[in-house]
Amino acid sequence: MSEHQEQEMEGGLSRRQFVSAGAAVAVGAVLAPGVFLHSVAQARSPAEGASNYQRWGLLIDTNKCRTGCDDCVSACKKENGWGNEQVRDEQKVQWIRKVDLKEHHTGREVSLPMMCQHCAEPPCVDVCPTGASFKRADGIVLVDKHICIGCRYCMMACPYKARSFVHEDVIHGDAYMPRGKGTVESCTLCVHRVDKGQNPACVESCKEKAMTFGDLNDPKSEIAQRVSQYATRQIRADLKLNPGVRYEGI
Amino acid sequence: MTAQHALRAFLTLVLAGWVTASAVAEVAHPVIPKGKGERCVADTSVMRRNHMQLLKHQRDETMHNGIRTERFSLVGCMNCHAYVNSQPVSIKDERHFCNVCHQYAAVKIDCFECHASTPQPVSAAVAPEAHP
Amino acid sequence: MKVLDYSEIEGRSGSYIGWLALLGVFLALGGAAALTMEHYGHAITGMNNQVVWGMPHVFAVFLIVAASGALNVASIASVFGKSFYKPLAPLSGLLAIALLVGGLAVLVLDLGRPDRLIVAMTYYNFKSIFAWNIILYTGFIAVVYVYLWMMMERRFNAHTKKAGVAAFSWRLILTTGTGSIFGFLVARSAYDTALMAPMFIIMSLAFGTAIYLVTIIAAYRWTGRELGFSVIARLRSLLGTFVAAVLLIVAIYHLTNLYITQKHDVERFILADGGVYTALFWVGQVFIGGVLPLWLCWHKRWQSSVTATVVASLFVVLGGLAQMYVIIIGGQVLPLEMFPGFDVTSGFSDGQVARYTPSVYELFLGLGGVAIAGLVVSVGVKILRFLPVSLADSAVDPHVKSAAGKQ
Ligand code: SF4
Ligand code: SF4
Repeated sequence: MSEHQEQEMEGGLSRRQFVSAGAAVAVGAVLAPGVFLHSVAQARSPAEGASNYQRWGLLIDTNKCRTGCDDCVSACKKENGWGNEQVRDEQKVQWIRKVDLKEHHTGREVSLPMMCQHCAEPPCVDVCPTGASFKRADGIVLVDKHICIGCRYCMMACPYKARSFVHEDVIHGDAYMPRGKGTVESCTLCVHRVDKGQNPACVESCKEKAMTFGDLNDPKSEIAQRVSQYATRQIRADLKLNPGVRYEGI
Repeated sequence: MTAQHALRAFLTLVLAGWVTASAVAEVAHPVIPKGKGERCVADTSVMRRNHMQLLKHQRDETMHNGIRTERFSLVGCMNCHAYVNSQPVSIKDERHFCNVCHQYAAVKIDCFECHASTPQPVSAAVAPEAHP
Repeated sequence: MKVLDYSEIEGRSGSYIGWLALLGVFLALGGAAALTMEHYGHAITGMNNQVVWGMPHVFAVFLIVAASGALNVASIASVFGKSFYKPLAPLSGLLAIALLVGGLAVLVLDLGRPDRLIVAMTYYNFKSIFAWNIILYTGFIAVVYVYLWMMMERRFNAHTKKAGVAAFSWRLILTTGTGSIFGFLVARSAYDTALMAPMFIIMSLAFGTAIYLVTIIAAYRWTGRELGFSVIARLRSLLGTFVAAVLLIVAIYHLTNLYITQKHDVERFILADGGVYTALFWVGQVFIGGVLPLWLCWHKRWQSSVTATVVASLFVVLGGLAQMYVIIIGGQVLPLEMFPGFDVTSGFSDGQVARYTPSVYELFLGLGGVAIAGLVVSVGVKILRFLPVSLADSAVDPHVKSAAGKQ
């Protein structure tokens, strides 16, 4: 195991270097509008773990999101290998779904994608008996399917219906998003992509650029600037879960 | 899977009880297919005894801390080992690298109920990438 | 003072064997259902991604709640020092363990990965009320086991009270814990109330007493032992009180909800237009589980009828299952309110009442749990001395006074 540690040492920059490297790239990213790359993770080597210097978040501009479009859903299915279940509709897996709203008195229509909101105070984590449902240091909420016993208590606890239970055998094949019968799963913010400095698949897929991914802790990031300047909303803010996914224009 | 199928299985279980009908196979010494690479990430003696601890350690590091070094990653193992005579094979094949010993020792492998047991395209590998 | 003799039941009669065989059949059905569910996954059940806890949870939670209540008879004897109940205490402990084991088995076999039970035992998240419940349940079995031992081994009798108090406190915490599994779900308006825990405690008393009554009457009838009416009458009046208390707290629960505007949707659903859930509430829970048993327990007409008492108890059990169904399933089918002021639609039934139809597998799994409980009790009374040889009035009643303080 000592070689393993060695590797970690040589692979990682010191934390200080690492943060400043991130900041430098952040400046670069602003120079190329449209091709926003979330910054800091790029400076991260595989040996450097997730840290609480970051809090990954997602800002969804519902003014741009088109009713009837589900490019983000398809992209997620493709990326993470779900969506071809052979079960009844209510049993199908839903990492991300499109929700259509119609305001009661005005009739105003809004369309938006819903997924795990990556709560800072996630009830799904609090209730999980084994600790399978957990929050990574950088705010991404995940299920460790190795120790999930499939009790589904987290599904009961999540206010957003963000979690799905795998009802049948999975015909697998995806190396980076293993899925298995009898465990619970939900949006991972494409953690495997984030860890190598890419945006989540849904964000990439959206032609309307309705989704912005980034580090809420980095004041220079686009997402942090937008949430500090414009009115954005957390769904069910009354529960004080402080979700990392925010919405504009509801 | 159909509902009918499931029901039939259910009834069979009810009526007959369950019978373990696994015929005892001939116990031949395992023939271990050769990996693709030059040598393994650790000595054979270490791997033989400790591969499960190494994998489990890596699994927890990756899952919970986002550490994605490749040395002890299961994907790395498969990319080198999931071949027989240079042909990629899956765990369904009894000549699969993991299968040969595990069947010999009668130890059930859980990994591949979820993980891929075949070599994975390198492009998908989570490695530090050159960013523009 | 006449010391009561306890003895094993003979357990050789054809009907005893037949009874075991019947339970065995249900056990086998339950086992087969569990294996089938594990093999094919929950796809073959009625459960889905909106109603994630189905029929197995209805049975499991019912059995676990009833387990705690079944111990009540013993608690009255050793904690509150009512020596009339003393001869009834060992069976009470046995029933408690049996029901809990049955309930737990169902709970575990309904997991997505029952093969990982060892994980549930070795990884703990102490923030999770569910994890605490795993400890509470296993601990309960241990505590009641010790309690039974103190009670049944004459030289330890002096410690019975201490063990009894421990078991009594443990079971209150256990039921509170079970109720809190639901009470902690802030996201779901049907559950998010502090009343959940006390409601579960009172429900446990009613269910447990009902099951105790049925068991003891059956045991004495079938073995031809004498069971005086005073025992039945006392337990029956307890049952009546508990059933009335359940009705009361259910009324309080719904009335408080009616004061809270956000909960009006839940209330309208359960009380008025929830279809099968409304029916189960009024007909199952309130009428069959509440009003009818009360009438059978309290009305003069049934005063001396053992049959009426048995029927009342069985109604309480049925009503209890209905109540569990309404709480567990009814609480899940309601849409989660995420966007107040909007009509919501999606491909994942947002804004709609979810559907749930239990499958045979779930039903048999649940009944399998009941069978386990039945088997534990039936075999238990055969191998150990749980039952007094006679509970005739003359054997229990006249000695109440002299028995107090001794032993
Ligand atoms: S949205 Fe649901 S699943 Fe995601 S972190 Fe919050 S509670 Fe957990
Ligand atoms: S289903 Fe899995 S992740 Fe969810 S609470 Fe249970 S063990 Fe935890």
